[in-house]
Amino acid sequence: MHMADALLSPAVGGTMWAVTAGVAAYSIKKVQNELDEQKIPLMGVLGAFVFAAQMINFTIPGTGSSGHLGGGTLLAILLGPYAGFLTLASVLVIQALFFADGGLLALGCNIFNLGFYTCFIAYPLIYKLLVHKGYSTGRIFAGSLLAAIIGLQLGAFSVVLQTLFSGITELPFRTFVMLMQPIHLAIGVVEGLITAAVVVFIWKARPEIIEKAASGQTIGSSDIKKVLAGFAVIAIITGGVFSWFASANPDGLEWSMFNTSGKEELEMPGGIHQTLASIQEKIAILPDYSFKSSEQEVDGDAPETEGWPAVNAGTSVSGLAGGAMTLLLAAITGLIIRSIKKREKARAV
Amino acid sequence: MSHHIIQADNLKYKYPDGRQALNGVTFRITHGESVGIVGANGAGKSTLLMHLAGVLFPDEGEIRIGEVPLTRKTLPLIRQRVGMVFQDPDDQLFMTTVYDDVAFGPRNYKLPEEEVEKRVISSLDTVGILHLKDRPPYKLSGGEKRAAAIATVLAMNPDILVMDEPTSSLDPKSRRRLITLLQGFTHTKIIATHDLDMVFELCERTIVLKDGRVITDGPTEKILCDAELMEECGLELPLGLLGCPVCNAKKTI
Amino acid sequence: MSNPVESLYNIRLLDELAEKKSIIHNVHPLMKVLTTGAYLLVTVSFNKYQLSNMLPLVFYPVIVMSLADIPAIPIFKRVLPALPLITGIGLFNLLYDKSPVLVLPWITIPGGWVSFLSILIKGFLTILAALILIATTGMTKIALALRIMRIPGVFIIQLLLTYRYIAVLLEEAGRIVRAYSLRSAGEKGIKFRDWGPLTGHLLIRSIERAQRVYRSMCCRGFAGEYHTGREKGINTGDILYFAGWSISFLIIRYFNIPAMIGWLMMGVRR
Repeated sequence: MHMADALLSPAVGGTMWAVTAGVAAYSIKKVQNELDEQKIPLMGVLGAFVFAAQMINFTIPGTGSSGHLGGGTLLAILLGPYAGFLTLASVLVIQALFFADGGLLALGCNIFNLGFYTCFIAYPLIYKLLVHKGYSTGRIFAGSLLAAIIGLQLGAFSVVLQTLFSGITELPFRTFVMLMQPIHLAIGVVEGLITAAVVVFIWKARPEIIEKAASGQTIGSSDIKKVLAGFAVIAIITGGVFSWFASANPDGLEWSMFNTSGKEELEMPGGIHQTLASIQEKIAILPDYSFKSSEQEVDGDAPETEGWPAVNAGTSVSGLAGGAMTLLLAAITGLIIRSIKKREKARAV
Repeated sequence: MSHHIIQADNLKYKYPDGRQALNGVTFRITHGESVGIVGANGAGKSTLLMHLAGVLFPDEGEIRIGEVPLTRKTLPLIRQRVGMVFQDPDDQLFMTTVYDDVAFGPRNYKLPEEEVEKRVISSLDTVGILHLKDRPPYKLSGGEKRAAAIATVLAMNPDILVMDEPTSSLDPKSRRRLITLLQGFTHTKIIATHDLDMVFELCERTIVLKDGRVITDGPTEKILCDAELMEECGLELPLGLLGCPVCNAKKTI
Repeated sequence: MSNPVESLYNIRLLDELAEKKSIIHNVHPLMKVLTTGAYLLVTVSFNKYQLSNMLPLVFYPVIVMSLADIPAIPIFKRVLPALPLITGIGLFNLLYDKSPVLVLPWITIPGGWVSFLSILIKGFLTILAALILIATTGMTKIALALRIMRIPGVFIIQLLLTYRYIAVLLEEAGRIVRAYSLRSAGEKGIKFRDWGPLTGHLLIRSIERAQRVYRSMCCRGFAGEYHTGREKGINTGDILYFAGWSISFLIIRYFNIPAMIGWLMMGVRR
């Protein structure tokens, strides 16, 4: 699955952006060093191919459902890990922009989850290992299938970690893993079978494509180590910076008037406060309505164990009313702008 | 203006799969000529054009553009002189706007941006699609795409235009517009095509290819009217020369 | 988005919107990218219970879409397919988080509901922000912004090429699938036996196309580098656009505006 912006915290999203940018920068350097300019249009067109092929529904035998091609493994096999990673990245950029797949903040996560494991782990350690003895239909099939499955498993696990670190979901780690891995095993098998079927077809029809892609790209263990080490360094640094930032500025993460005891929101500078108070007296719909009973009741029910949730019926209701008012104001603003524009247009005509 | 002469000497080319696409092609085209290259599918037309634009290099033989032999070293120079229009405009329009596409060539030659702009505008104006300059190529019609593809080549200021099937998949009106456009060009033109009627209108000279060889090379009128020769080469007489299917009256030239 | 033809229309719609002319369209692409980034960061930085705090964030899409003449309904339609997944993950919060957070005189709402709603709203707003960016900017100008951000040309040209050929390949894929379904009586998708050949043919055609594209690039002097034209300058207005929004986002982030409004409306005395 694609990671979504809404499930991310800024720290996790930012860290993954930095890590992905690091891997991409290293890949760009590698691709440029190869000086095979013919590869540039090939990357572009194959990116478009993956995009288009993912729109084709493949019927899964024995079930009513359908599966899709997964891109990472196939691109790594056709283009090598570095160019494959970059191509997948551009596909994901376009999907995030045009198809709301994931989102822009989650883009770092998604490129990493779908590109890094397939291109830099599954491809060299599984596919290459299986076919390096020599190409045969069986080895190519098994290699692509396994690489796709394992790449996706790692990616899915990564999604679990990113979501949990972000602290948005209440799902316990174990439940989440038990949920994600089997689902993605099923998806991975289908994606792997499609990938394997395509790679074998190409191998039979145009063997030079498969061989050429693999021969130009020797990704030695030292390269993998370099990539992994670089990745670790970037992750630690950015993760550290973000968490330092977060701890030095605890308000940044926890700050909320809505959920704190309600005192802060009244601690506004005196002048403003008084002005507001006098305005309020005039316009308040339900002045001095404070739900004292329920407030006490709740205070008894849910003692402020973690300093949160500190609940107060008064703030709750006014929060709700204020929220509704905000949305209403936004809608009115939109309508006003649109009607002004319409009038301008009419005048122009 | 001797530097517009194109000389091909005994070109031979074999594809990696072993197919002998060119088997000793020789010709000489002088400045300002319009030459049609015709022949059945697989006769070697496209391969020949690829050689003229320096996309493929012959296994044997030599091409000279003007005084310059076409080698990897002279390639940048040759490519500025020889503009190649590909059969599928989608292959040629690879940028996201028409403007950027036409500007791609001049920018690669590191021209100053003012000059680039001037060339883009004038090329688009020449082919009559200046109003489409900010459009993405996929939104153009077949005829507009073709015009844009030609503009990308014109922006390089070539002396020689090499075109592969310029009228394929065009509706009759777009085809007519294209032919009129090409008639206005003073460039040396080499056009590979199955559209024999266009050759008849546009090219005073025709080269017939078959199995990678030049079968005949001469004035268009003579060659395209030779029913026997046309039949032998997998072609037929241009429609314009056939009798009217309704009244059966033979046309004369 | 699982139909080649539909996706093509989706791209076309967004491209067409990006070609419109408006104040928003005129803003320098880099500033729009940065503004979107700031918006996303602020949006996701709200914690999961800050439901009402984040509501003023809707002003951004409302104002930008109105100024840029972007129709709401087709854009909302494109946000919806992305929501089920977020909903799926969010639903678990209902199960696991039962601590009371919102207390109304007649009902006590557990934290799970609040966090679930806040995830949904975040999802909606973040996706909307991405669509607004592309619908007011277009891919070509986004590439320009990336270039100013010093992203290497290799990546940019390959991004643009991918984008350019998506339209071509979607059409090709659509034709192949149509031809297949015409000859496979009533099948919904593609049979297992045909997976390899069908996708493989499309792939080989793509590779051949890439080769032709490469040739046509070479014929116009391509030597591995991508040169763009003059970059459009950033003027004060562009910077003000970014600065104005960023400040607004920060105000929304650090002041609970709905609570203030609510307090104004009904007053809470402690």
